[in-house]
Amino acid sequence: MTDEITLAHGSGGEAYRELVEEIFLPAFKNEYIAPLTDSAVLPGGPRLAFTTDGYVVQPLFFPGGDIGRLAVSGTVNDLSVSGALPRYIAVSMVLEAGLCAQTLRRAVTSMAGAAREAGVLIVTGDTKVVPCGACDGMHISTSGIGVFPDGAYVPPQRVEIGDAVITSGPVASHGMAVMAARGGMGFDPPIESDARPMADAVRRVLDAGIRVHAMRDPTRGGVAATLCEWAGRERNILLYEEALPVKPGAAAACRILGIDPLYVANEGVILFSLAHKDAGAALEALRELPACREAAVVGEVGAGEGIVLARTRLNTLRRVLPPRGEQLPRIC
Amino acid sequence: MNAGVEALRREIAARADGLPDTVVMEVCGTHTHAMRRYGIRQLLPGNIRLVSGPGCPVCVTDGRDLARALWLAGQRNVTLCSFGDMLRVPCGKESLLSLAAKGARVRVVVSPLEALQLARAEPRRAIVYFGVGFETTAPLTAALVDQAGRQSIPNLSVLSVHKTMPEAVRTLMRSGARVDALLCPGHVAAVAGAEAFRFVPEELRLPAAVSGFEAEEMLLALAALMGMLRAKKPGLVNAYPRAAAPYGNPAALALLEGVFEPRAANWRGLGEIPASGLALRGEYAGFDAEKRFDIPLTDVPEPAGCRCADVLRGLLEPPECPLFGSACAPQSPVGACMVSSEGACAAHYAYGRDL
Repeated sequence: MTDEITLAHGSGGEAYRELVEEIFLPAFKNEYIAPLTDSAVLPGGPRLAFTTDGYVVQPLFFPGGDIGRLAVSGTVNDLSVSGALPRYIAVSMVLEAGLCAQTLRRAVTSMAGAAREAGVLIVTGDTKVVPCGACDGMHISTSGIGVFPDGAYVPPQRVEIGDAVITSGPVASHGMAVMAARGGMGFDPPIESDARPMADAVRRVLDAGIRVHAMRDPTRGGVAATLCEWAGRERNILLYEEALPVKPGAAAACRILGIDPLYVANEGVILFSLAHKDAGAALEALRELPACREAAVVGEVGAGEGIVLARTRLNTLRRVLPPRGEQLPRIC
Repeated sequence: MNAGVEALRREIAARADGLPDTVVMEVCGTHTHAMRRYGIRQLLPGNIRLVSGPGCPVCVTDGRDLARALWLAGQRNVTLCSFGDMLRVPCGKESLLSLAAKGARVRVVVSPLEALQLARAEPRRAIVYFGVGFETTAPLTAALVDQAGRQSIPNLSVLSVHKTMPEAVRTLMRSGARVDALLCPGHVAAVAGAEAFRFVPEELRLPAAVSGFEAEEMLLALAALMGMLRAKKPGLVNAYPRAAAPYGNPAALALLEGVFEPRAANWRGLGEIPASGLALRGEYAGFDAEKRFDIPLTDVPEPAGCRCADVLRGLLEPPECPLFGSACAPQSPVGACMVSSEGACAAHYAYGRDL
């Protein structure tokens, strides 16, 4: 990796992976961290899932969400996709001196609301205050614990040849909502973030008895990052571009800014990889939830050597590569 | 595949049947990107080759111009506003993005008018807008300067490296590029007018078609080009009439005319081309960053082994460059064509590899 930490190391693409694999993994190496899944699954007593994440979004509030809702939803979703029932959350906040107390109150109220939706308790926390200018108003870190009930199915997080890939709903809403809010682009109606705890969606699919092979919440790096990771070096994945739902506002913003929705962050979407025969039942279970009405089969897993292809509406194929660096709007 | 696309595919195949190997050049980054994104090549017969000319504004920005922007961004009191895709372009060891990571104030804007808001919000900082792009983005910069003048905004200036397309095409074609037909940029034509490309058939004796950016529009323009090649009758076809009027957009042209005047510009890969750049007119000198700041001239040599210049002239396909995919890849671009997602090399890398 490079000698200096750059913004690209925070963008969930190849640079981020290098950072994790070259600096963190060698230092912290143990059998629980090594699989690099969204949550570590731990032994002892009931099986546990454990995860942590930091949130540094600007602006702090945006249509459809805010940093507080994001901090709870993200951690709940990381726990959920491991197959665990999210239970407890710890919160650590870094606040900038001069932050308006009302702003903090709004963010915290929003955290409480998201926790209620997800059925988790925020049980411990810490706060530090740094001088003005040392952070952008507020940084939040959340850690979460989830439990696996006795005898519960634990998804192996490995896609199988012949799997169908399902999205729980439209993609690209969160990243485009934040980008639009940051740029003051004033879309009317505004593009709303999908930030939402997805524990209920995951539960529905698992409770329907479906043996999901892999689940991810495609946050930074978007759907492309998840599919490329899933493909690894032994599978090919074909994405049906036309089947991938994108809400009209987010799609328009992507077109205007020259950004591919496949690479845009989501905070309320789950991707499932499961046996083709189970796809119908999974869609049926998901579509009962309002947030998942547009759940769809969007791809398939085949044998191969780690290539992800998108089939366009013209029936042509193009490569989908792992994301790199930040998504930046193009000139024209 | 929808019926319209299939019909166009067949029509192109029929018209190209029996033609010798044919090189079609597009000179618009959005075309480069869209062709790759839709996989248009997969719909064309084997004797049509698509190459990308100097149509990506990021790619053709000269190293010296970029060095001036970096110098400005490095000034303590300056906030530099730029389109996003200029940020990653390497300039020696730095880029605007690496300067931003070290604390320089670099603001990504989607519209130049955001710079105006910023100048009002931060009256004590010098706000410099980095004006990059062709006829498509230059009117927006002109509107920014016009507004700043009307509102007497003292802390706003523009570093203009804007360029105009027709002169560059003329120079390129006369410099020995191997091209049989030209797919003309619809966005440029929407401003400058489709007739701005009339010189292609008349002076250069090559067929030209103004094209939009949807798959069907590009296929329609390609079909028109194949028809003219087959009939050996070079002409100009406006296949994008919904956006490009024959004589362009009078309001945008008036703004351009009022704010800018032509000057020689340096193009990466093509060198200096007379009257192909846009400088602020004398009456707007107060908003001209080149006059407001004493910017040193830094010579930035082209990276060793980089063949961007040949790629931009259509002489080389991206994978034929020895650096392509090894030393030069999107995560660590050496040459400009790999930096912007509109660049020929980046588009080829992203969408074309192994297909």
